[in-house]
Amino acid sequence: MTGLFDILGPTMVGPSSSHTAGACRLGYVVQAIVGGTPERARIGLHGSFAMTGEGHGTKKAIIGGLLGYLPDDERLRTSLEDADARGMDYAFENVDLGEGAHPNSARFDVSLGDERAEILGASIGGGQIRIFEIDGFDVDLTGSLPTLVVNADDVPGTIATLTRMLTDGGVNLATMRVDRTGRGEQALMTIEADAEIPEELIDAMRSQDWVHWIRYVRGLV
Amino acid sequence: MFTSVKTWFEEAGRQDVDLAEAVLRREMKDTGADRDRIRSRIRDALEVMENAVAEGLASEAPSPSGLTGGRARRLVAAGPRLLGETVTTMLSRAIATLEVNARMGLIVAAPTAGAAGVVPGVLLTMREERGWSLDRLVDGMLVAGGVGAVIAQRASIAGAGGGCQAETGSAAAMSAAAVTYLEGGDPEKVGTAISLTLQGMLGLICDPIAGLVEIPCAYRNASAAVQAVACAEMALAGLDFPVTPDEVIDVMGEVGRKMDVRYRETALGGLAATPSGQRIARQAGMPELVQLQRSGRAKGEESARFGPS
Repeated sequence: MTGLFDILGPTMVGPSSSHTAGACRLGYVVQAIVGGTPERARIGLHGSFAMTGEGHGTKKAIIGGLLGYLPDDERLRTSLEDADARGMDYAFENVDLGEGAHPNSARFDVSLGDERAEILGASIGGGQIRIFEIDGFDVDLTGSLPTLVVNADDVPGTIATLTRMLTDGGVNLATMRVDRTGRGEQALMTIEADAEIPEELIDAMRSQDWVHWIRYVRGLV
Repeated sequence: MFTSVKTWFEEAGRQDVDLAEAVLRREMKDTGADRDRIRSRIRDALEVMENAVAEGLASEAPSPSGLTGGRARRLVAAGPRLLGETVTTMLSRAIATLEVNARMGLIVAAPTAGAAGVVPGVLLTMREERGWSLDRLVDGMLVAGGVGAVIAQRASIAGAGGGCQAETGSAAAMSAAAVTYLEGGDPEKVGTAISLTLQGMLGLICDPIAGLVEIPCAYRNASAAVQAVACAEMALAGLDFPVTPDEVIDVMGEVGRKMDVRYRETALGGLAATPSGQRIARQAGMPELVQLQRSGRAKGEESARFGPS
């Protein structure tokens, strides 16, 4: 469905909705997943991102996103300098992710403190993005809605418990997806909600002993 | 938002409201946002548009590629010769917006970054000419948004989806509808403005030189603005067009789908693949793109891997 502000927007720093705004959103969602601006980032650019990214400020946009800038933040122009000033260790390389990969794909290997995450995503047009993979788990995350990413043991009742906690907390679920490494091993749940999820509710979910970690991505309009 | 012009206009009739109000009510229903919030977001967008125009007209600075920058100023400095000051102003505003976009400035992608100059070029200039209030301008933007949403859902607003007809063509149809509505045109005239504008841009390919959103984009935004106002003029004068807006939009979608992938924002065909285009791509540091252009591999999915949107 197309909304009014998909047409009268987004308001963004140019020049390209896919190569600039979408690239920025990818970086933004990646930093949200890892819990803040990473200290170290290795970014692989695939397809059109690698081919024509230079002229579209794709690298500036991705780094800006990792710094927490949104697509309409004019600091995107100076994001590489800003990252240097903050001592962020980042590097880009061109990669070939294969024929099946979306032409505007980026692969992130980011770390912050003890946290490390490998994330694959793509800018799918009009500034919209998708995250397809987190730490080897298949996901399908748009970043448009408030999203919880939950890594948990694959034990019975986890889904029921989490959804009940959300429902009791007054949160209406939009989508939910579960991917696991194997039966009885680990599961990754991505839960998109219609409205922002209260911090105390997320903390309560974190306190379940079968939950390894939870990342919360605030919805981007 | 509405998926056809027909249902939009019928809904407006059923509720006995005008076209802008019908869009506003539908957006409120779709998203739960209230009236004031939607209108204030549109005012914010208009402010960004005005600032981009001002910034573009104030600066001679070239884009990183050097392909654009300072052209809008040059046009204003030369002054009107053939079509009067209003048209020169409108052209300069459309170009200025794309020049700001190319320099990583702030713009409103309405409906896309590559077509961001048309709506501000037309609406800001016609507002001065016709004296619309800010509230009325917001109404006009609602109508423009309604048109764009129908096109996005029935056809495409992306160059990668349907060529430049889908980008500047859509932006021109949005602008023409808004102007016709704001000048008191009834729904029939607004529909005619959409049909007239879009039919005149059918088949326009997207062939950005070096894959950059600069040339021909800046000039296509300028000519699309003229197309929009010319068609609004004809529609307001009561000239008719026998094909409905939804039908013209569907034709645009069909032409876009059948358009070779070379002409859909991949930078592998059209102006981008000319010797001049290749020279610029090499200078911009894109030897791989030139290699692809020359190898004639522009078939199927493989070549759809390149280009902006």
